[in-house]
Amino acid sequence: MRGPAARPRPLDARALAALAANPGCKRRALLDGAGVDKGALAAALGSPMASGQSQFAFMRGNAFEARVKSDGGAELMRLLGVADPTGLQLPDLSAAGPDGRAARTALALREATTAKEWTLLDHPMLALEVAGSPAYLEPDAVVVHPDGQWTVVEIKSFPMIDASADAAKVGAAARQAAVYVLALEQVAARTEGAQVAQSVLLVCPKDFSNLPTASVVDVRKQLSVTRRQLSRLTRVEDIAATLPQGATFDLERSGDELMAAVDSVSAAYAPDCLAACEMAFHCRAAARTDGDISALGRSLRGELGGLTTGSAVLAAARGEAGDPRDPAVAALRRAAALRAGALEAAGCR
Amino acid sequence: MSLITTLARLEAVESGRASPLATVRHRQLSEHPLVLVPLTTAGEAGAPLGALIGTDRQQPRLLTVAQPRDRELRFAFLAELADAVLPYLEAYGDDVELVERNATDAESGKRIKEEVELCADAPQLIVPGRAGIDFVRLLGRSMRFRRTVEQDPDAAYPAPPHVPLLGRWLTHYGERARVPGSSLLLAATDLLNRHWATGQSSLEDQHLGALLAWIDPAEGESGAQAALRAESYRDPRGQLVCPPAGPATDPAFDNRLLAPAVEAYDRVRQRWQAAQDGDEADSWMGELAIAEREIRRLLRTQMEPTWHSVWRAIDLARELPEGARVADRWTRDRWSFTAHRDRVRAGEPPQPRRDDAVTAARKLASRETAQAQLEAQEALDDPLVLAGRRLSGEAFIGEVTDVVMAWSESKRPAPRPLLTFHTDDRPHLGERTKVYRSLDGKPQSAEFVRYETDGVLVLRLTDRMGRAKDPAEGSVPEKGDRIAWTLFEHDQRGGPKLPDPEETPWTHGGPPGTDAESPDLITPEDLL
Repeated sequence: MRGPAARPRPLDARALAALAANPGCKRRALLDGAGVDKGALAAALGSPMASGQSQFAFMRGNAFEARVKSDGGAELMRLLGVADPTGLQLPDLSAAGPDGRAARTALALREATTAKEWTLLDHPMLALEVAGSPAYLEPDAVVVHPDGQWTVVEIKSFPMIDASADAAKVGAAARQAAVYVLALEQVAARTEGAQVAQSVLLVCPKDFSNLPTASVVDVRKQLSVTRRQLSRLTRVEDIAATLPQGATFDLERSGDELMAAVDSVSAAYAPDCLAACEMAFHCRAAARTDGDISALGRSLRGELGGLTTGSAVLAAARGEAGDPRDPAVAALRRAAALRAGALEAAGCR
Repeated sequence: MSLITTLARLEAVESGRASPLATVRHRQLSEHPLVLVPLTTAGEAGAPLGALIGTDRQQPRLLTVAQPRDRELRFAFLAELADAVLPYLEAYGDDVELVERNATDAESGKRIKEEVELCADAPQLIVPGRAGIDFVRLLGRSMRFRRTVEQDPDAAYPAPPHVPLLGRWLTHYGERARVPGSSLLLAATDLLNRHWATGQSSLEDQHLGALLAWIDPAEGESGAQAALRAESYRDPRGQLVCPPAGPATDPAFDNRLLAPAVEAYDRVRQRWQAAQDGDEADSWMGELAIAEREIRRLLRTQMEPTWHSVWRAIDLARELPEGARVADRWTRDRWSFTAHRDRVRAGEPPQPRRDDAVTAARKLASRETAQAQLEAQEALDDPLVLAGRRLSGEAFIGEVTDVVMAWSESKRPAPRPLLTFHTDDRPHLGERTKVYRSLDGKPQSAEFVRYETDGVLVLRLTDRMGRAKDPAEGSVPEKGDRIAWTLFEHDQRGGPKLPDPEETPWTHGGPPGTDAESPDLITPEDLL
């Protein structure tokens, strides 16, 4: 579907969290499931979005992570509250291919749980099946406790100032970590004596320094939301079955063909997509052309009853259409009359 | 979002131009605001990259940091920033008027009048967006605990003079920006969003360029087109035509232009430091100046469009007439400024890292009062805002159709005239619900008596008619008067007064205040 020449783009935790935030979007589910490069696709459709990270932020993130993990993991263990991690194991997790690495990780997790020793897994690989296609996830670290508990460690480079960090960023980190916990639970289910902690360790720079500080973040809520949303995702095969014959997202094809293929899968655009999806500009343009009012915000739909397009709302407000007995239409007409009256009184227009 | 706002947005979609959400200006705009357009280094906390600042739109002052990881260069930047901001703030501190206010005499405990100073005007700071307000607060936090050589001769990395003071002022402004209706520190996007509805979502409205594109599009272009251009058009070098309003920069700018320029600067500086003799050092010094100039030029290209956008936003908002009660809220801002001036002059320590329980409770209570007051005042100033309250049944407008004199049944009968009132609005009135109208700027109250028929109701006027048996002239409406009544009070009285900190029981006082003054921990390399 993505074309024979293209390598599949693996799903990562961020993409899964975004997908779980908008489970009604078949377009995103299909494109992600098929491993299509959405950024390149959006560019081919003429609606590219800015992407990529500043190299300053990238360098800082890497340097901070290296610092946190330095000294054989002692610093990280101190943040976990373990002053003297004697016999801390750091198993080697390298293997060929994501499948190999995932298997190696599962093996290391089992061994560590049986050995009942502190173990730090640096960049383990976890596999999770989402909507019928496999996703590979790479948490920053996982710590195995001697009692068989597994804790996800998430290292972020935004600061924790006076022990509080930007709520939006913490929320995003928690949603991402919840996906890791979900994937770990599948491994734990096959491991005797293992249990995955429902809270994760978030490590951030302290104040304006480069010293790490950490906070335990409870992700039970994010976990249940993500679990429910991911299970609600329509299976990719079912979406693909509704595609017209021969539809393809091969980037070698012409723009018109791609456009037709993309438009044959329905999207659920909302302004939040702008921060989470490379296709957002394309979907927004389509939503605007259709006059879909959710392009102005999800909350608008609630108060407008069955009216879903801008022109229908305006027509109802002006008394050109709509049933006046419908409470939504009646409220709109009153609102329009009050607004017009107030503007007239103020001498505008 | 109320239905009226929704309609305004949809009208904007249809017409391709923003539509009005207010008929008057609800925020104070100083005659000489200080505009600040800051930039920060991606991924670093409190590592500013540059700023355009000034009160003269033609001549902004450009401040830059050639290598944001260098503590010396950052300190030099902050010192320059203090030099640009503090004289502006201090100029307002000495122009005062004397105001009488009630106080309690410390010795006798009697109520007395005392004269206190109130600054005649307050300095106003305007940043491009909400992220700018957060950055002001962050800068304040990063500076106010620093120590200068004078304060602590043993400090490992002493800050330049005035930097901790600037930190305290920026903290005060950042904190004040959280009070609803305050205008000391404004974001240009908030200013525009309060007065206009665009045809895009409120999320997209945070982009200053796109927002201006809707409100003020070029001739023959729709707002949506202009906004798209502002959001996403790039030049052949892959740079945004309208750079983000900051403080975050565009990653493409960082990677393609800024990073190579900073690297070049670093290389030249290493050579300069390694130079063997004076002549060689001098020539590298020249190279260094060239490299630094290039970085300054690059940063200017990123900040200048935003600088002009902020001033354009100020122009647009100035075109609206000021709301009648804006000056009242600005007086509160002046009090806030004066109070902080006094704290600084009295040599009090910087604001603590975290408020104690008593301060937090006070702040919360005053912000709740300010919110209610803002909502009431905006509705009274602006028929379009009032329309929203009428739609939700919290206000009604109509005409007096009859006035019948009546008196209260006490020993000294007081006038309690009954008004018959016709309105098409549908207020949520219950028995004896109090309603208010504005009489010469003061609220007069009445209570609901009964409905006569649909749309005709009877109100009993209850105050502001003088002490005599007959009401004072002009205090009772006459037949044919059009009146706007509100169900909400006009003057917000805060809840019951909180006890003084000393009187607060230990159960409510929280833990005692801690090391408010201790400086932050500093490591040799405080950035990675």
